[in-house]
Amino acid sequence: MEALIRGFFNFDILAQAWPILLAGFWMTLLLTLAVVPLGFAGGLAVALASTTKSFFVRAAVVGYVDLFRAFPALVLLMLVAYGLPFLDIRLGAFGSVALAFFLNTSSYYGEILRAGIESVPRGQLEAARSTGLSTLQTMAWVVLPQAVRNVVPDLISNTLEVIKLTSIASVVALPELLHAAREAQALTYNATPIIAAGIIYLVCLWPLVRLLSRFEHRQIALH
Amino acid sequence: MGRFADTFLNWAVMAQYAPRILEGTWVTIRLALAVAIAGIACGLFLSVLRAFRFRAINVFIVFAVDVLRALPPLVIIIAFYFALPALGVRMSAWVSTWLALSLVLMAFSEEIFWAGILAVPRGQWEAARSTGLSFLQTLRDVVLPQAVRLTIPPLTNRTIAITKNTALGAVVAVGEILYQAQSAYSFSYNPSPLLLGAAAYLILFIPVVCFGRWIETRFAWKR
Repeated sequence: MEALIRGFFNFDILAQAWPILLAGFWMTLLLTLAVVPLGFAGGLAVALASTTKSFFVRAAVVGYVDLFRAFPALVLLMLVAYGLPFLDIRLGAFGSVALAFFLNTSSYYGEILRAGIESVPRGQLEAARSTGLSTLQTMAWVVLPQAVRNVVPDLISNTLEVIKLTSIASVVALPELLHAAREAQALTYNATPIIAAGIIYLVCLWPLVRLLSRFEHRQIALH
Repeated sequence: MGRFADTFLNWAVMAQYAPRILEGTWVTIRLALAVAIAGIACGLFLSVLRAFRFRAINVFIVFAVDVLRALPPLVIIIAFYFALPALGVRMSAWVSTWLALSLVLMAFSEEIFWAGILAVPRGQWEAARSTGLSFLQTLRDVVLPQAVRLTIPPLTNRTIAITKNTALGAVVAVGEILYQAQSAYSFSYNPSPLLLGAAAYLILFIPVVCFGRWIETRFAWKR
């Protein structure tokens, strides 16, 4: 028990590590605020492209989505972070993470939004078009609002996964929460910072998990 | 173009490190299978345990599942590998990765199985019990067969997503594909091994992603 407190819940160590952890937390927040909207916007583009009539565009979209869903995100990140500099493209740690996350999360968001668009009955589109709305207006004002509402649980679930995934940015030395925790652990030679980082993730993400659980159970009740 | 090929598709480097990457591929396959089997089996067990509705046990299950869903898998792996030794618990990198990912898959699959069990109409329980089947017989022979069918698409997708996380093992030096590719890259200072590793992931996971797509349409919930 004493070893547990000394090794895992050591307040002296925590006090030392706190500034590093806090800086890491802000970086994780910043990263989340960058990659979630970027990925969502990319996903929207992917989903819209998959509704076009052109066979080639749709085939290209399926190819893109399957390709980037087949790569583990960490593999993609390493390719971007270590491979691109050989092409004289230097993005820095944050840029590499942003690009790798964009490729990865836009495929997932794209799949979800595509399913949402497909769940809107065709009659909605036809009715909107027949009232004189253009294709673009129909998409923006009639189809998308219903599409997004139909897939809200999946969107939240994916967003949760993306936030958790930001922890892999530690591998390319972006000083986010996990990286900060490991650095603090190395400095203090104590595991408390890692446990503290885990607790920070837990406190921030638990509400999202609970919300998701509620949605999932409501969905089942509907069936 | 010649320089590009020399840098990214350097046959000499690729030929030198291909056996390592092949070795890594086997490690990835073994790790992924071990995670899938342990995670799904434990998840099913927990969901069945939850069906008995013992209050204390269920509170504990919900808590554990929430924690495992809120924490990034990489944080769990790093906590097992770098923090637990402070308590005298030492696991190899392989075991840390396997255990962490299995626990995460257990949490997700428990939620999915539990949702499936709840989705079976109450009338099925009541009818089965009134024919004289015991609680366990009802669960095993009536409810679970219907529940499991409903859970196949989400479970397949979740299992694929979590087995891709085997790449996270590279961070604690499990000798899987990404680790082999990364260390080959460091030795040769040439990104060709990274590309070779990426190709290995694509060969492994594109069929799996397509399989997931097929399962989704094959077992789609009829509305």
